Amino acid sequence: MLTVIAVFFPLLGAAAAGLLGYPAGDRTSQVVSILCMIVASLAGVTAAVLLGVGVTHPGTIPIATWISAGTFKVSWALRIDTLSAVMVAMVTTVSMLIHVYSVGYMAHEERPCWRFFSYISLFSFSMLMLVTANNILQLFFGWEGVGLMSYLLIGYWYYKPSANAAAIKAFVVNRVADLFFTVGIALLFFQFRTLSLSAIFAAVPEHAATEYELFGSSLPVLDVIGVLLFIGAMGKSAQLFLHTWLPDAMEGPTPISALIHAATMVTAGVFLMARMSPLLEYAPVALGLVAFIGGSTSFFAATIACVQFDIKRVIAYSTCSQLGYMFIGAGVSAFQTSIFHLLTHAFFKSLLFLGAGSVIHAMSDEQDMRRMGGLWRKVPITYAMMWVGFLALAGIPFFDGFYSKDAILEAALSTPTGIAFYAYVTGVVGAYLTAFYSWRVLFMTFHGISRVEPHVQEHVHESPAIMTVPMILLAIGATVIGFALHNVFIGPDWRSFWGTSLFTLPGIHPLARMESIHGAVKWVPTMVAFAGLGTAYVFYILRPGIPAWLAEHFRPVYLFLVNKWYFDEIYDAVFVRGAFRLARLLWQVGDVTVIDGVPNGIAVLATDSSAEVVKLQTGSLAQYAFAMVIGVVVLIAVFLLFR
Amino acid sequence: MIAVIGFYVFAVILLASATMVVTARNPVHSVLFLILAFFNAAALFLLAGAEFLAMILVIVYVGAVAVLFLFVVMMLDINSAEMREGFQRYAPVGAVVGLALLAELALVLTGWHFAPTALQIRLSPTPPNVHNTAALGDLLYTRYIFLFQMAGLILLVSMIGAIVLTLRDRRATRRQSIARQTARRPADTLVMADVAIGAGVAETGILRPLPPAGSEPAHGAGSGVADTTKGH
Amino acid sequence: MVVGLGHYLAVSAILLVLGVFGIFLNRKNVIIIMMSIELILLAVNLNLVAFSAALGDMVGQVFAMFVLTVAAAEAAIGLAIVVVYSRNRGSIEVEDVTLMKG
Repeated sequence: MLTVIAVFFPLLGAAAAGLLGYPAGDRTSQVVSILCMIVASLAGVTAAVLLGVGVTHPGTIPIATWISAGTFKVSWALRIDTLSAVMVAMVTTVSMLIHVYSVGYMAHEERPCWRFFSYISLFSFSMLMLVTANNILQLFFGWEGVGLMSYLLIGYWYYKPSANAAAIKAFVVNRVADLFFTVGIALLFFQFRTLSLSAIFAAVPEHAATEYELFGSSLPVLDVIGVLLFIGAMGKSAQLFLHTWLPDAMEGPTPISALIHAATMVTAGVFLMARMSPLLEYAPVALGLVAFIGGSTSFFAATIACVQFDIKRVIAYSTCSQLGYMFIGAGVSAFQTSIFHLLTHAFFKSLLFLGAGSVIHAMSDEQDMRRMGGLWRKVPITYAMMWVGFLALAGIPFFDGFYSKDAILEAALSTPTGIAFYAYVTGVVGAYLTAFYSWRVLFMTFHGISRVEPHVQEHVHESPAIMTVPMILLAIGATVIGFALHNVFIGPDWRSFWGTSLFTLPGIHPLARMESIHGAVKWVPTMVAFAGLGTAYVFYILRPGIPAWLAEHFRPVYLFLVNKWYFDEIYDAVFVRGAFRLARLLWQVGDVTVIDGVPNGIAVLATDSSAEVVKLQTGSLAQYAFAMVIGVVVLIAVFLLFR
Repeated sequence: MIAVIGFYVFAVILLASATMVVTARNPVHSVLFLILAFFNAAALFLLAGAEFLAMILVIVYVGAVAVLFLFVVMMLDINSAEMREGFQRYAPVGAVVGLALLAELALVLTGWHFAPTALQIRLSPTPPNVHNTAALGDLLYTRYIFLFQMAGLILLVSMIGAIVLTLRDRRATRRQSIARQTARRPADTLVMADVAIGAGVAETGILRPLPPAGSEPAHGAGSGVADTTKGH
Repeated sequence: MVVGLGHYLAVSAILLVLGVFGIFLNRKNVIIIMMSIELILLAVNLNLVAFSAALGDMVGQVFAMFVLTVAAAEAAIGLAIVVVYSRNRGSIEVEDVTLMKG
């Protein structure tokens, strides 16, 4: 029941804000949507706690039948287990805080913003449907719903062409991934004859050995499905190759960057992997791919974040990188660590985004860090919040990231496969870079000599309480959740907490293997993080000239990083230009010349031939007589030939 | 022997005059050559044994149709001068078409064989020892009476059609209508009126605007002219 | 030599072709066209009579009579049309008869 409230109240809020927004005005829609979110949040957290302590039990709440076509039945239902309860609690809470923050952030808009609140509530609803789905089609409904809301929100300021382009890019890249996802769903159906997750998970062991015969080679069914689903997750979670939309998505208002591109939508991919763990465990190739991509992404995104100047873009690449960590966790079958990192990341990353939003707000919409500096006295609360966020991100002990990120890396190290080790190495390097760019942001933005323009400098002010209070709450989460919950999530009693929601093959569980790691190896990520902090301190406080010197002397490397490893350029040249060329060909040749040409050509043929035939009618009597005689001769000839 | 010679003579003259019909410059000459052609054709009919038809040809075609042609030619006052132009333009094509037609006819006629049962399936065999006319009459008024009457109707229709087409209604001429003249009654034109002795014209009240044209048999109304004649 | 069916048919054929020539080689006036039609009908009659004589079948002659009748009727109407046309247009030259242009 509580879960039902948690899931559907955001929808109620969205409908109210959307439908009543225009007549009732901004304030009403804000109040209504926030109230609904508060109720949903309380319900969600309560439900999670009750489930965690064992008062309530996992189960399914059926709601309605969706499709009933012969043997193909799909129904709306909410799956209650630890995984979905944790996700629901997280989504509703973070969403509620961001709703409140947005009131302050959107206060300076000229146009009414009830649309914004309607959108973020609707987004929350889609995400909640996604995480509580008992049925892969319902999950896909939520998946597409969040994709749609992301498009609408990125392009919220629709009068900006760059925002529109970014929104389209996000949607299209997601679509490419969704193609694979859909094929995966179809294969699931063909294999298992049902789309209900309970039924599928029960039937997985029987199909473990089935294989597809394709092009002379045989591919295990579960591996194929797993890979396809993962590619869908890659798009949603902006992993390597399908990441290009995430930095551009920063065109949207900062609250949605916090909500969608830090805490919720991008984590949907990780959630999918965790949810499908009963299936993925039987697909070692897929898991290997997950770990490989996760590791590569965490390294790749961290390198780019080191040279970006837009504060939001740094944090965006940071998200990309941290998602890579979560996939590493999933790839080595340590789904619990993955979800735990998801939870902590939601808090500190949205805190960082909100903090960045606060900075931007203070700086009168300036986002370039090269024009910031020396702000810590002017915006002390924001400064403190950003410190907390970055401490959590970098994995400094006792903050959230320390527990979750280190758990992932230990799980990767303890897994005996080569890919896991690769993931570990990239993860550690990524941790170093993470710490480096985190303090780079802090030092460039808040410390050092002020490079702020004078007329902006006058207006620098701390954000109002309505913006700082959510940040403080998130900061509490970023600090506390780690050491409070790590025993519950990944501690010795994790089995009783998670129940059957996350599955691992029988045998030694990665979490058990992690116990065997002792000593100095355990502290490698932390030491690396401190090293990163130190490097940033040297580069930006002690010797500010070093970055420029490095950029000059390693210019190709620098350009390679600044241009995001040239992915956008490659994709543009290969896919975008190619698609345009194909479209132009199909339009001009296929559509205009051939398809339009046929009826037009027939019309022209009819007109021209009739114009020619009309010339026979001269009106001249002699010619008519002539024609008749010729006709007679021809008829006689025909008769002679064919009698 | 004589029949053969006759046939060739008549045939040659027939064809020659047919050519002259087409190529003569003077349209009257064309008509006259047409008449000659009809006569020779009638002769050929005679040689073939269709006497009645031959005579009918002379009477109807020559006597009526050709004369009609002559009338029209002479009535329409055709300018015979501008004839030659344009003759040559269509000559090649026309020649080709005509020769094609001739070739086709030749093909048809030389490849013709009578069916073996032809003589058994004759519709109306020629009765022996009967005049051609009598035989024709026997057939026409019995078996083909309907067609005969229809032919008569066609002629009637064409006669009416010709009159309808060419009749001109001349409104310019004044004609007498004798029937109207003789059907006039005194009462239509004469009016009796009482006049006091010695009264002048103006006092008697007989001068008044004349009624509009178109007879009005109104008593008491009359014209002054009729009155004065009556007075004495 | 006996004059057979073939001779008659040859004459008839040539007469027909002459009539056809007359229709379209003529550029003078419409009356020549009418006379050419009469020639064609005459050729047909000759053909019918020749077959009637060859086969000994009276139907040929009966039919020839009807052809004759219709030819006469048609000549009458045709000439009436020519007269009226000439009255209205003033000329009966073949090249001037282009009123049917559509």
